[in-house]
Amino acid sequence: MYKNIIIVGGGIAGMAAAAALSEIGMEVTVLEREKLPGGHVRSWDRLFPTLRAAKEVLDFLNKSLGLLTEIICDIEVGSIVPTPGGYTIHCTNGDIFTTGCLVLATGYDLFDARKKEEYGFGIYENVITSADLEKIFREGNQVTTCGGQVPRRVGIIHCVGSRDEKVGNIYCSKVCCVTGVKQAIEIRQMLPDCEIFSFYMDLRMYDRHFEELYFEAQQKWNVNFIRGRLSECAENPDHSIILKTEDTLTGHPLKLTVDLVVLLVGFVPGSSARKITGSLGLLQGTDGFLLPADEHTAGNRTLLPGVFLAGAVKGPACVVDTIADGRATAVEVYRYMKHSEVAK
Amino acid sequence: MNIGGKRHIWKDYQKEIAGDRFFYVRSCVRQNFFPGSEKTFLRIMKEELGKDVFENAAHTTCSGIGYHSDVVPFETTMTMVARQFALMTEAGYENFTTSCITSFGLYNEILETWHHFPDVEARIREHLHRATGRTFNKPANVSHASDVIFKFRKEIGAPGNFRLVSKKTGKPLQVVEHIGCHYAKMFPSKGVGGAEYPYVLTGMIEEWGGEVIDYPERRHCCGFGFRQYLVQANRGYSISCTKKKFDSMAPYKPDFILTNCPGCPMFLDRWQYALSEMKGTTYGENGLGIPVLTYEELAGMILGYDPWDLGLQVHQVPVEPLLDKIGIPYDPGRKFLTMDGKPMGQPLAPSHLKFYKHV
Amino acid sequence: MIHFGYGVMADATTDYDRNDRRIAEYLLEHEPSVNLCIGCGSCTAACSTGRMVEFNIRRLHTLIRRGETLKLKKEIMKCMFCGKCQLVCPRGVNLRNVILTINRALEQTG
Repeated sequence: MYKNIIIVGGGIAGMAAAAALSEIGMEVTVLEREKLPGGHVRSWDRLFPTLRAAKEVLDFLNKSLGLLTEIICDIEVGSIVPTPGGYTIHCTNGDIFTTGCLVLATGYDLFDARKKEEYGFGIYENVITSADLEKIFREGNQVTTCGGQVPRRVGIIHCVGSRDEKVGNIYCSKVCCVTGVKQAIEIRQMLPDCEIFSFYMDLRMYDRHFEELYFEAQQKWNVNFIRGRLSECAENPDHSIILKTEDTLTGHPLKLTVDLVVLLVGFVPGSSARKITGSLGLLQGTDGFLLPADEHTAGNRTLLPGVFLAGAVKGPACVVDTIADGRATAVEVYRYMKHSEVAK
Repeated sequence: MNIGGKRHIWKDYQKEIAGDRFFYVRSCVRQNFFPGSEKTFLRIMKEELGKDVFENAAHTTCSGIGYHSDVVPFETTMTMVARQFALMTEAGYENFTTSCITSFGLYNEILETWHHFPDVEARIREHLHRATGRTFNKPANVSHASDVIFKFRKEIGAPGNFRLVSKKTGKPLQVVEHIGCHYAKMFPSKGVGGAEYPYVLTGMIEEWGGEVIDYPERRHCCGFGFRQYLVQANRGYSISCTKKKFDSMAPYKPDFILTNCPGCPMFLDRWQYALSEMKGTTYGENGLGIPVLTYEELAGMILGYDPWDLGLQVHQVPVEPLLDKIGIPYDPGRKFLTMDGKPMGQPLAPSHLKFYKHV
Repeated sequence: MIHFGYGVMADATTDYDRNDRRIAEYLLEHEPSVNLCIGCGSCTAACSTGRMVEFNIRRLHTLIRRGETLKLKKEIMKCMFCGKCQLVCPRGVNLRNVILTINRALEQTG
């Protein structure tokens, strides 16, 4: 019906948008930077809150893409320039695409935990990120310390790079809380004798089944939740890590040695989105994520004709919301194409 | 520990340090605490490096001790600091170098305050003019003297000079570095290497052949903290901080501690005596304590200066074991002689912390 | 020993590694619902004792779980056992049994 819609980013938002568009008969090209589509979800083992395999969701999205979707992988967009009647997309390999309708689904980057200097990520080998831990799960490896030992105690640190003015991110990354609870349970499933200590400021169990998962973590898996933000990490001679925090529910400073620290790294605006924002002149919020035309009523449109936003390019979002947002974008694209057709 | 991670952070905290023509301001207390240090700095700068370092005897305290003890109001402190800047301006210098860490922090704090509140700067200029008739330019570069020694660490550690290596085993000495709180904790960008993993002393230790110990209470205050020691009844806070650090570093068996603040070496050195008298505990090898050095003393040792010219005889913890380890020669008979060769008297032996006996 | 007029002070930090957690372990084993606490403070607000004397049941059992049990015996005696705390708990913590279990743990550990 309508042709030549370009989606930049083949993560789950881009895939969901492409699937919905091709289902209603529109031809879509998805440009994906990595070798395979799926974005960050490809690095996940099991998804919260139900612990279903991430692969199942990706397989579903892959199957639903339909015949009208073309996915070009291993291609990076360098800049997007407005032209009369549309946009020219310059890729870093020299390829050029032109389109009248563009969906930006470029997603987010993970916070670089090295910026939280006092936590010692990149310095102390027993400090890893939630993404590192997820990789261990996905590859079916054992959770061990840097010395290959089974950890007796693991500390899980919430809000790393989120709700933290010192690193320039005052926003909440939304999904880390429940990720931390999920990963705590998974470590306990793998290592029944390992004690888990989760350090949090508050637990934002906002979505369906999240609170239940938190309850399960306390009741069934005996995870210790300690309310207090980690102040600093220090390394012992045996490479275990001393955590310093305030247990704000007792009002005492508290120190605790753990064998492994997992930092729940949050979302930061994607580097690809930043490049494109520059050349297109799209609006950014104070948090650095892209702004739609109206956050309540036009969440997928931008102020530029024919440019749409899908998924976490607009800020932290979970898998459920991102897929829904990708589909919502398809509806907006359809409406836009239909009206521009009428205008012709 | 992965040193690459620290190097990654250090990249982000490179500060500009002037290379010559310094207006040098001394510390209120260091000439009593470690009498050879400032003299050694001037000797290195002038004799070894051929730099122009200017001092004006009319410069006063920056009033940092009074300011941090809540007895001098900030306005007064700022006006006194403005006067130091006036002395620098009058002498035709624009690179301001401080011997004291608290001064360094305070100068930065005041310049930052004036940057954000130009009306405050204007008021202070008026105060100074009314009181003294002076005017001033703000310095083009503010550095701590340890920044300057850091800048010239390669020259100081030139081939042929002493190395922080055990003469007996050939292995690098294990060194605890301790940075004054006011060096970078207020303004991480003003310190070489930032506040969490400062590089200023680490850079010297690495360059001169030693290895730095990263122990758990590395970031903890030495125990100086003005209000903790000025009143006798509060000194328990001070010595408790110091003990926490010693207990934490002890398992790493440090060969010595290197510092860049007036207070840190004072308290890390002298509290070893007090702790031994209170608790019967000594740190370091054979009950001799862990030697504590200032960066000027260490630089002087690397350059082969006579240890007694560096003022090492006034340390509580004997430095001779360290000199022996490195192989630095000294004359034990001259330890307690004054500059003109007269006996200066000798301290009484503590009950637990041992005196070094030369064999 | 020289008397300096001051001395080394005890560290006020809760040292989880060194604290005696025997009471905590006994409590978690015999009344595991205590781990469900989310620190909301409903129990303390409803507490009959707490409105007359210094007594904070929420803080008390949190301290116990961290191994802070100094003065515990005296504190726990203050409970009047009315059970209002348990009535208001949104998480289903069996607070009356928490108190009983702590008492039993105290008897057993001395």
